[in-house]
Amino acid sequence: MTTRDFIQERIDSLQNRDVLLEVQNLKTYYPVTGGFFKRVVGNVKAVDDVSFSVRKGETLGLVGESGCGKSTTGRTILRLLKPTDGKILFEGKDITKISGSRLQKARRDFQMVFQDPYASLNPMQMVGDIVAEPILNYEKRSRKELEPEIKKLLTRVGLPEEAYYKYAHEFSGGQRQRIGIARALALNPKLIVADEPVSALDVSVQSQVLNLLKELQIEFDLTYLFIAHDLSVVKHMSDRIGVMYLGNLVELASNRDLYREPLHPYTQALISAIPEPNTAIKKERIVLKGDVPSPQNPPTGCPFHTRCPMAMEVCSKDKPLLTEVRPGHHVACHLY
Amino acid sequence: MSANYASNHQTPLLQVKNLQTGFKIDGDYFNAVEGVSFNIQRKQIVGVVGESGCGKSVMSLSIMQLLPAGIGKIRGGEIEFEGEAISKLSDKKMNNIRGKDISMIFQEPMTSLNPVFTIGYQIQEVILNHEKISKKEARNRSISLLKSVGIPRADKIVDEYPHQLSGGMRQRVMIAMAIACQPKLLIADEPTTALDVTVQAQILELLKSIQEANDMSIILITHDLGVVAEICDEVLVMYAGKIVERANVEELFNNPKHPYTDLLMKAIPKMDEDVEKLATIDGLVPSITNMPQVGCRFSNRCPKAMPECMTITPQLGEVAAGHEAACLLYDSSWPSGEKRQKEREGASAV
Repeated sequence: MTTRDFIQERIDSLQNRDVLLEVQNLKTYYPVTGGFFKRVVGNVKAVDDVSFSVRKGETLGLVGESGCGKSTTGRTILRLLKPTDGKILFEGKDITKISGSRLQKARRDFQMVFQDPYASLNPMQMVGDIVAEPILNYEKRSRKELEPEIKKLLTRVGLPEEAYYKYAHEFSGGQRQRIGIARALALNPKLIVADEPVSALDVSVQSQVLNLLKELQIEFDLTYLFIAHDLSVVKHMSDRIGVMYLGNLVELASNRDLYREPLHPYTQALISAIPEPNTAIKKERIVLKGDVPSPQNPPTGCPFHTRCPMAMEVCSKDKPLLTEVRPGHHVACHLY
Repeated sequence: MSANYASNHQTPLLQVKNLQTGFKIDGDYFNAVEGVSFNIQRKQIVGVVGESGCGKSVMSLSIMQLLPAGIGKIRGGEIEFEGEAISKLSDKKMNNIRGKDISMIFQEPMTSLNPVFTIGYQIQEVILNHEKISKKEARNRSISLLKSVGIPRADKIVDEYPHQLSGGMRQRVMIAMAIACQPKLLIADEPTTALDVTVQAQILELLKSIQEANDMSIILITHDLGVVAEICDEVLVMYAGKIVERANVEELFNNPKHPYTDLLMKAIPKMDEDVEKLATIDGLVPSITNMPQVGCRFSNRCPKAMPECMTITPQLGEVAAGHEAACLLYDSSWPSGEKRQKEREGASAV
């Protein structure tokens, strides 16, 4: 079977699966305090009205530049941050407002893999304990009892069994990321939010971790929300990709449509800006002027109109909504 | 000094000959750069690629003599700039070269700018250090430099502090500072790694236009093969302190010879390709204290390794016109070279 057939088959089979995660009009604002009494003087609109859904077994990639709100989106979905407005439905159940023991119970099904494999592992804990910790949180079992299970998990992510007795500092960056993945898998979750899981790694190690994540997805029937700034990594991993800019989802399409026919001017610029490791490709580069505006004071109308090479008059007044302009291809732009 | 050369123009701008740079660990020196030789021609952009720990940054710090004092040391070899040996120059003499003839920009523009001085002051400092002009002239020059690197409102920004600027703008300031005295060589160590892609595109474009306008040479140190393909003329691939391959950029990307270069290219996901599984390189780079003394340093991770690779140290040799690789597979003095590899491939196919 060629890669293309494989991908087509995967797309077809995903069509029939249930929606695992649905995000409706999600908003997460960070308050800005100022003055003598630390009053709230404004909001950083990190995520501003984002909606999408993810099917079981699917990988949805979120891509965008720093400060676009992709990480905040991931963290809000896991309820590590409090959403300001909107709804998060996990398997049809509203988890937006639940708290306490109900939230803890729900969290069993969604886990996170973090960006920095150095900061996200406790240096004082044995690797075995790090990986067992999530299970001990939920089940009354002893460490001893769990040991064979944890060792099996460690070997599954490509670490030696002896890793169980070692400490995080004894491992390289790639191996640490494997430990983080093992910890996320320990509770057999349904959804994994991977926030820049490979951006701290070298290319040769990056490819090992990406391959591992793909294998595990099929083996454990995992659903991924894959967040990264590197469009070529996101494209490799994802079935569908959402492009974010200044807290907004500006385009959402299948992996192939997004690359072959990017519709939003920002997506076009983003794709054209990626330096390709191939001297035969001479791309028509769209170089954007200026920097991303501050999310505390976003421009009126379309958030991208200040840098957009195709901005029209309407763009500075009305904010375009995400609409389906081709089957499965959503874009928020007045051009369409 | 350059009597061997017919004219100054034929002398490469920079010649690095068998450079060995070591770091002191527990009282002993271990070489992070081991016998590296290469030339930089005038007006050339040379990319140095490799993964973390391959010695690419240490090599550039050696050229600038900015190695951490007491820990890092050039232990052998020679660095010649315009035919003149600079690796043993005193700090005072080196100060006349640094910032004037050779300058450098770093990865993290925030940590390389001083937060308590204005941007204008920091640029003027470079100019006043090397040229006898008045402060007023230096200030005007900083403003025009800021304009030339594409900073809007340059006459205002000149009095602002680094924290008031975005990452891309700070890197532009760094570039303005580096080109203030029109250096002949610019060493850019991961200049775009901390930046977003759209900003990276702006900075690469800027570097290229400055290089053309000033007839400058650039050594671009990066881990990103995409950036290399974008702006470099020639590429050096480093692994574990050594150069394993050298070629012009088209040749390297179309015809990578060293197994390490080949795997590195296959390991990156590409926008125009759908692959289910990426190539990986098993194992890890040997640590600096535990480098194999003989044999190829990549042999323990190389899928094409032969028994000889553990015992014979490969030398950088020509594998095609203007294309060198340090690998026994292509070493004609070693009879088992390419021919042996073909036999092996044939045998494993049967």
